[in-house]
Amino acid sequence: MFANYIKIAWKVLLRHPFYTFITLFGISLTLTVLMVLTSFLDHIFGSHYPETNRDRSVYIMSMVQRDSAQTGQSSGPMSFKFLTEYVKSLKTPERVTICTFVNSSNAYVGSQKIKLNTKFTDADFWRIMDFEFLEGKPYNEQNIANGEYVVVINDELKKNYFESTGESVIGKTIDIENINYKVIGVVKGSPATRPFSYADVYFPYTAPKSNYQQNGLRGGFVSIVLAKQKSDIPAIQEEFQERARRIPVPGVENGWKYSTIEIKAEPYAENFIGTIMDGGPGLKTAFFGILFFVLFMLLGLPAINLVNVNVSRIMERGSEIGIRKAFGAPIRTLVWQFIIENIFITFIGGAIALLLTGVIIQFINSSGWIAYADLTINLSVFLISLLVCLIFGFLSGVLPALRMSKLTIAEALKS
Amino acid sequence: MKEEREEGDEWEEDINTLPCNPYFLLVPFLLPPPKNMIHLQNIEKVYRTSTIETLALNNINLNIRKGEFVSIMGPSGCGKSTLLNVMGLLDEPSKGTVEIDGQAVTQYRDKELAKLRNQKIGFIFQSFHLINDLSVLDNVEIPLLYRSANGRPRQDYAKDALTKVGLSNRMKHFPKQLSGGQKQRVAIARAIVGNPDIILADEPTGNLDSAMGNEIMAILQQLNNDGATIVMVTHDEQMAKRTHRLVRLFDGTQVL
Repeated sequence: MFANYIKIAWKVLLRHPFYTFITLFGISLTLTVLMVLTSFLDHIFGSHYPETNRDRSVYIMSMVQRDSAQTGQSSGPMSFKFLTEYVKSLKTPERVTICTFVNSSNAYVGSQKIKLNTKFTDADFWRIMDFEFLEGKPYNEQNIANGEYVVVINDELKKNYFESTGESVIGKTIDIENINYKVIGVVKGSPATRPFSYADVYFPYTAPKSNYQQNGLRGGFVSIVLAKQKSDIPAIQEEFQERARRIPVPGVENGWKYSTIEIKAEPYAENFIGTIMDGGPGLKTAFFGILFFVLFMLLGLPAINLVNVNVSRIMERGSEIGIRKAFGAPIRTLVWQFIIENIFITFIGGAIALLLTGVIIQFINSSGWIAYADLTINLSVFLISLLVCLIFGFLSGVLPALRMSKLTIAEALKS
Repeated sequence: MKEEREEGDEWEEDINTLPCNPYFLLVPFLLPPPKNMIHLQNIEKVYRTSTIETLALNNINLNIRKGEFVSIMGPSGCGKSTLLNVMGLLDEPSKGTVEIDGQAVTQYRDKELAKLRNQKIGFIFQSFHLINDLSVLDNVEIPLLYRSANGRPRQDYAKDALTKVGLSNRMKHFPKQLSGGQKQRVAIARAIVGNPDIILADEPTGNLDSAMGNEIMAILQQLNNDGATIVMVTHDEQMAKRTHRLVRLFDGTQVL
């Protein structure tokens, strides 16, 4: 029976090539957008190079200080000292790193200026991140304690600054803001969409301009806490909150008096969305409004359109419906027939979409729009797309099928 | 004298073959009543729209016995096809009861009606109603799709049915490649593939020339001789004369 359904579905597709084109175009375009989007979200939130441990890490990105009247607040990264005292000393995690977000600086090759994205890190940064060292090695606690002027650079900077890709640059110096640093490692770069790991140059936190000795709670540093295993995350959060409660309040920061402090250690995605969620009701409404609108545009409109096309296509087949019913097809069987047909058509659209997505992703990766972009159609993206295909096929098949099932056989045969 | 009454034997035959023994005069009262294949009682069918009501069938009482070949005649719009649709469970009567092979279907739901249609009834339509996207063989297989028959036996049954109607060489063809007579023979093959007790034919020769019409009629008569109960709607007196019994309708009422 299944083969019969598929045979009919295929013949129906061939019957009206233009309708078929519209249907498949709609399905494949929607699924392509959805799959590229899913792939992009996976690129942003998933555990990928060099942040392959992201799934068992929590991020401490921002501290919020509020005054007693709850009218003013100040938020942002923290001081190295604060993170050393309250985070580095945690007992539950496997490891903790303290580093800055992305800073900027300049280097010169002759008269040509190279804009640099820089990052100050401790030695544990290299143990939590899974960077691939193309040359040399990372700096360690010893290099940092000695206050050595060493840096790790990415391959892009090596190419731009040293104008060489072949020979090793380990031991060579790089002039950044009139200070000479010795290159001790070259890594394969991290995409700009991963701000915790992305930089062109990595300095030890003791390098000039890191402000690591800054007093007070706030500064320019953030922290990544690596759990021994994923299940340890709640315990780490609990331990950290227990520590955070010991932060003395009220206090004064840069002449401003705060009375409460809020600080969270959260997994990456929550941390990211939390910024929006904590942004007040207006931002939250706007976020969900946009999300709903985008989803509706992506899924709802094509589904409604497809339902309409399907209703007219199925109603065209009134005679066939009448015959099948007359010869013993119950309504349920016919409804399933049309759902299976639609799922089959949607899967064809899905296959086209998969192909298109592959081409688009390849294009994005090689275009250089996002440095070191590594978008992929991985298994989870593919499975989500497959699920979307199924929901799509089901939604666009069930309504026309139900409408059709209400026809009496005599009416259907007359059509 | 027959020792045992066989299923399908005619009531009249039983009486005619009785010896002239006065005790045997009681036999008609002792034998089971003849078996009705289709039994319609007080059937009324009303079509309603927002403005008018049309009485398509009015108080129809009709018994069709097993093995009968009955034709229904009447002017256009008198309710012949509606009556056939009611008999075939393709349409619900507004009033009255329908019994198929002793089963009253008034309370039946869609699934039960579908099963009864599938197992008991085969349909032949004036405009053939073949699915153009399917091959001749696939079209004939349709009734068997809704039984638990597997692919291979299903094909074998369909091939047998096509052989019976003389179309074994057209199995891979599509309906558009066939003449009107061939299409109707495919429709007959589809009607008989499930070996139903009843065949309902709605003007089966209406779209065919007389030669083709005669061919189709011959096939129907052969099916009837093989035991099928056939009810045929027709406009053609000559075709009607070749059946056992004629039912005439006029304005939705049975007049003969």
